[in-house]
Amino acid sequence: MIQLKGIGKRFGEQQVLQDIHASFGQGRINMVIGASGSGKSVLMKIMVGLVVPDQGELFYENSSLGAMDRSEKQVLRQNIGMLFQNAALFDSLTVEDNLLFPLRMFKPAPRAQMLDRVAYCLEKVGLAGKGPLFPSELSGGMKKRVGIARAIVLEPRYLFCDEPNSGLDPKTSLRIDHLIRDLTQEFNITTVVNTHDMNSVLECADHIIFLHKGRKTWEGDRQQILKSENEDLNELVYATRHLQQYRDQAF
Amino acid sequence: MLRQMLSKPENGRMYWEETVRQMASIGLGSVGIVAFVAVFMGGVSAVQTVYQLVAPYISLTVVGSIVTNSSILELGPSVTSLVLAGKIGSNIASELGYMRSSEQIDALEIMGVNPVAYLVGPKILACLTMIPLLVVISISTAIAGGMVICQLTGLITYDQFIEGARSSFLAYDVFFAMCKAFTFAFFISSVSAYHGYHVHGGALEVGRASTKAVVYCCILILSGDYILAELLL
Repeated sequence: MIQLKGIGKRFGEQQVLQDIHASFGQGRINMVIGASGSGKSVLMKIMVGLVVPDQGELFYENSSLGAMDRSEKQVLRQNIGMLFQNAALFDSLTVEDNLLFPLRMFKPAPRAQMLDRVAYCLEKVGLAGKGPLFPSELSGGMKKRVGIARAIVLEPRYLFCDEPNSGLDPKTSLRIDHLIRDLTQEFNITTVVNTHDMNSVLECADHIIFLHKGRKTWEGDRQQILKSENEDLNELVYATRHLQQYRDQAF
Repeated sequence: MLRQMLSKPENGRMYWEETVRQMASIGLGSVGIVAFVAVFMGGVSAVQTVYQLVAPYISLTVVGSIVTNSSILELGPSVTSLVLAGKIGSNIASELGYMRSSEQIDALEIMGVNPVAYLVGPKILACLTMIPLLVVISISTAIAGGMVICQLTGLITYDQFIEGARSSFLAYDVFFAMCKAFTFAFFISSVSAYHGYHVHGGALEVGRASTKAVVYCCILILSGDYILAELLL
């Protein structure tokens, strides 16, 4: 479980996040939604330790991230997998070497054993046999799937996905959503996903928090989100005219 | 940044492999351009020296002496470093800048790897070992180039050139050249890595960082050249 207690962050004059309290449970897909500029990415960077919050505390299980020393943070980070918006694969390495990199760095084992693990992860994301390819030879959806495979190769307890569907067609998006859902359930991972894609939210979110101008203004699940009274949230959920008509007819 | 680089590696073998990879890329990848520049540097300095030696009482063996000394003291270390600032410096800055803008550095950090130590450390180490070697190659090639061009164009013979080169050779000059090479290697690697690592933004900023890195390296090399000459000669 990940707990956020009063997280706040300011960049210069701009208050990007203010008093965020939330808790993200294990084995569930926790989604952080909000319009562009609402502070989702900064919140995720705070959660993975790339940005230090100005206020508040962040707990992994019962350990405060701020109180951890360098070696404790390093151990924690080996339990964190992250899928970046643009996958962030190492361009100079093949798909196989991208997956081997964290294994060789942190869990060195006989090469055959590590290759078995790589093959298993690639098979999980539906990319068996693509190991020799370079990232430049992959489509956007394939890059995201390699990113997911690299994120899970060290068997993490926490999976973070930043805009996993951005730039993907609806069918590929759905495939990525199902993949994240299946991995979360199969490995009982605490998954946190940043998105503003309502299809993803309605498809697989177990727990949702909504950020608006740096504040958490709503929390619930995918059943509750459609009936929310929060106007800012509804502007995001029913962003298209068709959906607005659907809402007017339904309620 | 340099302090962060000195932390204990997460996996020494991976760091060593990266250092060897950088050595191959920086060293082997630059031999061609360094040798090409050096041959003509030696040739031009030989031709111009002969051109200026109009007095009949000056022995032509002086050409060998001047080409050798100028290659060791100035042309080899300084001009080679300026060329390498353009080649290696821009390469380091743009590589790290692209890795920063495409979140590859963040990916390393989240994995638990110290990105400064893993990405910058091997590059600095590779430059500190390979640039002095490239300078040695440059000096040798410049002297050889000057000698061959003198012979081919009939300015002076091999024997006259070698006699002149031997007559004024000082081992201390080589020490001075190596001091310059190590100093300039550190400037090129650290300044370029700093500018690349701290890129914020996209392709435009990566390009700017690369240009800035080369300009600052050139300024540091030229001013460092003067300071070292004042201090050591």
